[in-house]
Amino acid sequence: MKKQTKKQSLKNVPPWDAKRHINQSVRDMPPSGIRKFFDLVNEMKGAISLGVGEPDFVTPWHVREACIYSLELGSTHYTSNKGMPELREAICQEAKRDKGLEYDSSEEILITTGVSEGVDLAFRATLNPGEEAVVPEPCYVAYTPDIILAGGVPRTVPTHLENEFRVQREDIARAVTGKTRSLLLSYPNNPTGAIMTRPDLEDLADVVMENDLIVISDEVYGELSYNRDHTSFAQLEGMKERTIILGGLSKSHAMTGWRIGYALGDPALIGAMTKIHQYTMLCAPTMAQVAALEAMQAGKEEMLQMRHEYNLRRRLFVSGLNRIGLDCFEPKGAFYAFPSIEGFGLSSEEFAERLLHEQKVAVVPGNVFGESGEGFLRCSYATSREELIEALDRMETFIKSL
Amino acid sequence: MHEILQILYENAKATPSEIAALLGRSEEEVAEKIKEMEDAGIIRKYITLINWEKLDQSVVFAVLELKVALQRKRGYDAVAERIARFSEVESVRLVSGGHDLSVTVRGKSMKDIAYFVAEKIAPLEGIQSTCTHFILKSYKEHGAILTDQPKPERLVITP
Repeated sequence: MKKQTKKQSLKNVPPWDAKRHINQSVRDMPPSGIRKFFDLVNEMKGAISLGVGEPDFVTPWHVREACIYSLELGSTHYTSNKGMPELREAICQEAKRDKGLEYDSSEEILITTGVSEGVDLAFRATLNPGEEAVVPEPCYVAYTPDIILAGGVPRTVPTHLENEFRVQREDIARAVTGKTRSLLLSYPNNPTGAIMTRPDLEDLADVVMENDLIVISDEVYGELSYNRDHTSFAQLEGMKERTIILGGLSKSHAMTGWRIGYALGDPALIGAMTKIHQYTMLCAPTMAQVAALEAMQAGKEEMLQMRHEYNLRRRLFVSGLNRIGLDCFEPKGAFYAFPSIEGFGLSSEEFAERLLHEQKVAVVPGNVFGESGEGFLRCSYATSREELIEALDRMETFIKSL
Repeated sequence: MHEILQILYENAKATPSEIAALLGRSEEEVAEKIKEMEDAGIIRKYITLINWEKLDQSVVFAVLELKVALQRKRGYDAVAERIARFSEVESVRLVSGGHDLSVTVRGKSMKDIAYFVAEKIAPLEGIQSTCTHFILKSYKEHGAILTDQPKPERLVITP
């Protein structure tokens, strides 16, 4: 008898619908434009891909070997939430040596699971619901979703070819409101290869001060700056406290799969990020931290060799693009060229799709990285010279057919 | 190392126009510099690295360790240069350690090499002793790993 009444009371349960259980912000988030392209390229046999946002080099053997040895010794436990003290110390020492920036390795650094986690933590630790972060575009695809997931509101600011995709002071000033908390900078830039020199950054400093902003500076491509040293916003006078530097070994040391990044900044900000990190990540993978330590201590020579090779390819590829009629400004950092397709009468997506289908070269349409990327293509030159030369040949054939 | 040499060291087939594109210089400038280095004897020869294991025909290599007794007015150079003239000899090096000269020899068979050492090298004036190490397998030569390894996979498109 009892059973029956129970069944009757369940009568009005609506049919199962998993979608109803998904958070509204996640539901509203558009699918990544990259994803669609990934599927297209995956189906295409024999395509040359210039669409990869990671080094083609495998992590240097001594780094892998150090990790293997640590596993043999049984280093499989958690580390401190903040990361291994030796690794934190090594990164702080490098910041001092290369940038003249002093950070206390006990409270001004956090080892993160890739810079991706660092970006997420930085926004979550600093934004209240409805507060805004300014993001120059075109940019890496994660910033605006991370801001939204943190409950914030992204205010995107376009950058333009005529300024070599450096963000302009006036544009930031125009985007800032009473609710703006932070400015994101990502130079050297993915997807444009643009850099900001010290004078370029100095130009922004007073807007940051006047509006009491913090700067979240994604410098994962910092080491990949060609023919000059990278300048961090934190190096400007009085800006160190206001800046969270996000760095990592993925691009510079060919360690993307290891997922090791770090955040450097004011102890209060790093402390807030560490609070979230301890509950969501606990610590970055121990074996990857061991490898990162080896890379920091003994990986400089290989890093310089890889950078040298990227620089050779950069010259080869960028001059090649201009020769075949795809105008490209000189990218001075990262490993991307961002040629314009103006004058061909195609959108970025149309151009990229036809190039893929007709000549089997995969590039990423610029609009994936923000509206101001429309009219451009992101081409990664982190691929072999032979492939770059072959890709240029195919692209030339394609352009001639238009 | 000179940046042009570094490129040629890795790939002897690189043409002046390819090198020029990599370095952002003119083709003429690069060609001229290469010619200079050839004339100066810095660039000695352009070679092809062969993975002999993949060929049917039999090729045997050996490393000879030679101890040399130095005689009056005759240093290592005279003995070394004499050995270097044999076409079977691929390399001759003066080394530190337990022996003096390290010599690489190429032949069609082990017997070939054994006879060569016994008849041509051992009897040379100044050669005190020889020790022949036949090479059984080569794993890496001139910076290139010779064993076939799977290419690490990368996703075709990543942000």
